[in-house]
Amino acid sequence: MASVKLDRVNKVFDSTHIIKDVDLDIGDGEFVVFVGPSGCGKSTLLRLIAGLESISDGELSIGETVVNELPPRERGVGMVFQSYALYPHMTVYENMAFGLKLAKKARETIHERVMATARILQLEELLDRKPKALSGGQRQRVAMGRAMAREPRILLFDEPLSNLDASLRVQMRNEIARLHNRLGSTMIYVTHDQVEAMTLADKIVVLNGGRVEQVGSPHELYQRPATKFVAGFIGSPTMNFLLASLAGHPEAGCRVSVEGVGDLALPQQAGEHAAGTALSLGVRPEHLRLAEASGDNAFEIVNVEYLGNEVYVYLDARDGGPLLIHRSEAPSRWQEGQRVALSPDPQHVHLFDGEGRALPAATARAAA
Amino acid sequence: MTSTVNHGAQYRSTKVRRQRVKAAWLFLAPMLVVLTLVAGWPLVRTFYFSFTDASLSDLSNIFFIGLENYLVRDDGQWYGVLADPVWWRSVWNTFFFAIVSVSLEVVFGVIVALILNAEFKGRTLVRAAVLIPWAIPTIVSAQMWAWMLNDQFGIINELLMTLGIIADPIAWTADASYSMWAVIMVDVWKTTPFVALLALAAMQMLPKDCYEAAEVDGIHPVRVFFRVTLPLITPALMVAVIFRLLDALRVFDVIYVLTSNSTSTMSMSIYARQQLVEFQDVGYGSAASTLLFLIIALATIAYLYLGRKQLNLGGDA
Repeated sequence: MASVKLDRVNKVFDSTHIIKDVDLDIGDGEFVVFVGPSGCGKSTLLRLIAGLESISDGELSIGETVVNELPPRERGVGMVFQSYALYPHMTVYENMAFGLKLAKKARETIHERVMATARILQLEELLDRKPKALSGGQRQRVAMGRAMAREPRILLFDEPLSNLDASLRVQMRNEIARLHNRLGSTMIYVTHDQVEAMTLADKIVVLNGGRVEQVGSPHELYQRPATKFVAGFIGSPTMNFLLASLAGHPEAGCRVSVEGVGDLALPQQAGEHAAGTALSLGVRPEHLRLAEASGDNAFEIVNVEYLGNEVYVYLDARDGGPLLIHRSEAPSRWQEGQRVALSPDPQHVHLFDGEGRALPAATARAAA
Repeated sequence: MTSTVNHGAQYRSTKVRRQRVKAAWLFLAPMLVVLTLVAGWPLVRTFYFSFTDASLSDLSNIFFIGLENYLVRDDGQWYGVLADPVWWRSVWNTFFFAIVSVSLEVVFGVIVALILNAEFKGRTLVRAAVLIPWAIPTIVSAQMWAWMLNDQFGIINELLMTLGIIADPIAWTADASYSMWAVIMVDVWKTTPFVALLALAAMQMLPKDCYEAAEVDGIHPVRVFFRVTLPLITPALMVAVIFRLLDALRVFDVIYVLTSNSTSTMSMSIYARQQLVEFQDVGYGSAASTLLFLIIALATIAYLYLGRKQLNLGGDA
C-alpha cells in the first residue's frame, strides 16, 4: 500500500500534448477514479503511473520514492487491463502464478498466494481452465487475481468492465467495491462511465483534454461542479443548460434573466462580472419544475419516456441546443405535444461564466 | 400431426443435402481432374516402371521384372536399390540435410522475425530486403554461391584469408568434409526468410496487452519469449516446418548446382536422377523415385501425427 503523488506531470507523444500539468495527491488506501470522455488522457495517465509510458516532464512519486525512471516491476504496481490480457495458453492457476514464479518465490508461497487470491475472487473451481473456457466475468476476475496475487502496493484498473454486458458490469462493480473494502489497498481506476466513477470512488478525478477539471468526492462533484464540463459529465440524465445573462447584483446573490424562463434571484456571487454578461444556467433534471402554459415562454414536450419508477420528459430547447430533460417520479401527467413553462428551483441551480467556470454560491461560501 | 411435419422437414433437408453434395463434387471436379493428370498419372507410371527393365534409350521394349530393381539375390550377391550403399548414403545425406537445415532455419527465422517485429526506422525496407534470398530462383542463388565459394577465385576464401581465419583456400564444394555444410549454409541463407515471414505473421497476431501485463509483473523479456511468445507461435512454426521439411526431403537443385553428383552430398532425388538420366536405367531410377516418395510420405505422416499429439497436449482443454 502506498500513496501516489503527481507533480506537474506532462506527457507529449511526438507533437501531441496528451497530459498537461497534472497535479494530484492520492492517499494511501484511497479508491481514485479517473473519468472523462474518450481521448481525455485518462488511460495515458494510468499508464504513466504503471510505467508503461515514460513521463515527459514533471515528477511522479509512489510512497516516498520518485519513480520517473523506474521500470514497472520496481514500482510495485499491479494492473488489470481492459482486454484482461490473460496468457491464452496458460490455465487460470498458471496465469496467476506466472508473475510469482519468476519473482523466484518459494513454491509453497506461490501456491498459498494463488489459492488465497482464488478464494477471495471465487476462482477455486476454475483453476485448471484456460481463459478460452471462461465467461467474460470470470476472465475479469482472473485478470484481477493475477494483479492481486503479487500483492502490489497499488492496483491499477484500465476500464476493466467495459467489455462486459450491463448486468454483469453492475455485479463486478460491486465485487470491486467490496474487494477494496477488504484489501484496503490503494486503487486507481479508469473509466469513461460516470456511474462507475460515482459508485466506486472515494475521490473522482475528472479529466478533459489532458487537464484535471476537478478533483473531489462524488458528492462534491455532483453538488458543486467547478466547471460546466464537470456539471455536464457527472449525473445521468445530464444537467440542462439554459442561456442566461446577468441582470444585477443585489445583496447576497445576483439576478439573472434566463431565456424562456424569465428573471430569477439566485444565491450565486456574480463578483466582478458586469451586468449583461452572458452566463449559462445549469439545472439538473430533478430540479426543473414544469407548469402548463402557452404563449412565447412555453416549451414543447417532444417525448415522454416511462421507466417504471420515474418518467423523463424531453423538451425542445428553443435555442437549437440539446433537448432539455425533466425527471419526476411516475406516474406523470405530462404528454407529448403539451406546452409548458419552466421554473428551475433557485436553491439547486448552477451558474457558469463564459469560460465554463462555476460562480460560487453564497451558501457554499458561508459553509466553507 | 407432428410426425407429418417432421416428415416434411426431413424430406426437404435430404433434398437440400443431396444438392449440396452434388455442388461440392462439381466444384471439386476440375481440381481432381488436373491432379490426376499432373500428379496421379506420372506417379502411377513411375510405380509401373519401377517393376520393369525400362531403359531411357528404348521405352517401347519393356519387360516386367518384379521387384528386381528394389532387391534381388543373384550369384550369392544382393542387387537393387535397397542393396546399394550409395542409395543408403543418399538417404542419410537427405535426412541429415533436412533436419540440420530446417532446424537452423527455424532458429534463425524466429530471430529474424523477432527483429522485424520490433519498431524501428526503415522497418518496411528491411522486411522487403530480408525476403530477397527467398525471391531469387534457387538455380540462380546456388550458382551465385558456387562462384562465391569457388576455391580459387571465390570471395569467401579471399575474405577469410584476408581476415587471417584460414591460411590456405578451402575447396568448399569439392572437399567432402565441407561440402555438406556448404550446401546447408546456402539452403539456410535462402529459406530462412520464408520461416521468418510465417513467424512474423504469427507474432503480429499475438495480443499486445499480454506483453504489457508481463512488463508490469516484472517478468524478464527472455522468459516472456520462452513462456509466452514461443508457445503462442508454435502452431505457425509447425506449419513452416512441414513445408520446409517436404521441400528439404526432396532437395535437388541446391545440391546439384553446388556439388553435382558428388557422393558426399548426394540426396535421394539426385540419386534417382543419376540412375534414370545419366545411367539411362528408367526402371532402376523409378524404383529409387518410388522409395523416395514412400519415405517422404512416411516422414510427413509421422510428423503430422506427432505434431497433432504435441498440439493437443499444449492446446485448449
